[in-house]
Amino acid sequence: MELIYHTWSWYISGFIIGLVMLALIYFGKSFGMSSNLRTLCSMAGAGKRVSFFNWDWKSQRWNLAVVAGAILGGFVATHYLSETSNVSISTDTIGMLEMMHIDAPQGKLMPDALFSNQVFESPKGIFILLVGGLLIGFGSRYAGGCTSGHAISGLSNLQIPSLKAVIGFFIGGLIMVHFILPLIF
Amino acid sequence: MKLIKFILVGFVFGIVLTKSEAVSWYRIYEMFQFQSFHMYGIIMVAIVTGVVGIQIIKKYQLKDSTGTPIHIADKEPSTIRYVVGGIIFGLGWALVGSCPGPIFILIGAGFSSVILVLLGAIAGTFLYGLLKNKLPH
Repeated sequence: MELIYHTWSWYISGFIIGLVMLALIYFGKSFGMSSNLRTLCSMAGAGKRVSFFNWDWKSQRWNLAVVAGAILGGFVATHYLSETSNVSISTDTIGMLEMMHIDAPQGKLMPDALFSNQVFESPKGIFILLVGGLLIGFGSRYAGGCTSGHAISGLSNLQIPSLKAVIGFFIGGLIMVHFILPLIF
Repeated sequence: MKLIKFILVGFVFGIVLTKSEAVSWYRIYEMFQFQSFHMYGIIMVAIVTGVVGIQIIKKYQLKDSTGTPIHIADKEPSTIRYVVGGIIFGLGWALVGSCPGPIFILIGAGFSSVILVLLGAIAGTFLYGLLKNKLPH
C-alpha cells in the first residue's frame, strides 16, 4: 500500500500511460485529449457560425467519457491516494523558483503563486491562466494534437509529423521557462 | 453502457497522471530546466510501450474489440503547422504547466483556478476554428 501513496515511479507510470493508449486502440479509437476541446466548442453551438465545428461531434462521445473518467481519477487520486510527502522536485529547481517568488511544493501539486483561489482576485493571475489556456487550445488544434495525440500516440506509431510537433512543444516550453517566466515573475 | 469502458480508461489515466505528478506545474517546470529525469522517463517508457504494442498489432494484424482490423491513420505530411502550432502549444504548456488531459484531471482534483485555463483553451480552440482557412497548414 505504501507504494500507492508515494509518487509513482516513471517506469510504472510510463508503462500504464502506454497501456491506456493501446487500450483505446483496442477499443477502435485513438488517444488524444485536445480533440475534446473541439467537441466542447461544437456542443456549445459553435458549428452554426464556424464550419470547423460543424461535424459529427456525437461520434466523439466516447472521448468525453474518457474525460469524465479522468476528472474522477484526478479526484480519487488526490483525495484518497495521496500523502503530504509528494512532489519532491530537485533542490536546484526549488532555488530557481524562490528567485521568482514562486512557493516550493511541500506536498502540493501546484504552486499557490499561480493556482490558489486568490488568483481570482488578481487580474494578472487571471490573465496568465487564460492566456496559457488560449495558447494550449490554439496551438494543439493548429498542430493537430497535444502531448497525448502527438508525443505518445504519434511517436508510438513512428510518425515524422508528430516528431516535428514534439520538437515544437519543446522549443515553446524552453522559451517560456528560460526567457518569459523570469520576466513575468 | 458502452461508455463505461471509456470512463474506466479515463479513470486509470487520471490516477496515473496524478500519482506520477505529470499533472504538476512543478514537474513541467523542472523538466524544461533539465533538472530531473522523471518526466523524460515517463514519456519515453510510454512511447516504448506504445511502439512495441503497435508493432505487435501490425505484425499480427490484430482486430479491435468490435472485430474490425486495426488501422492507425498516418498524420498528414506538413511542417509549418506542426512546428508553429507546436511552439504555440509549448509556450502555453510551460506557462500553466498543463496540457489538455491534465486540465481536466486537475479540475477533478479540486483546483478551481484551472477552470480559467479550460476556458482559455476552449477560446483558443474556437479562435483556431475561426482562423483555420487563413493559416498556412
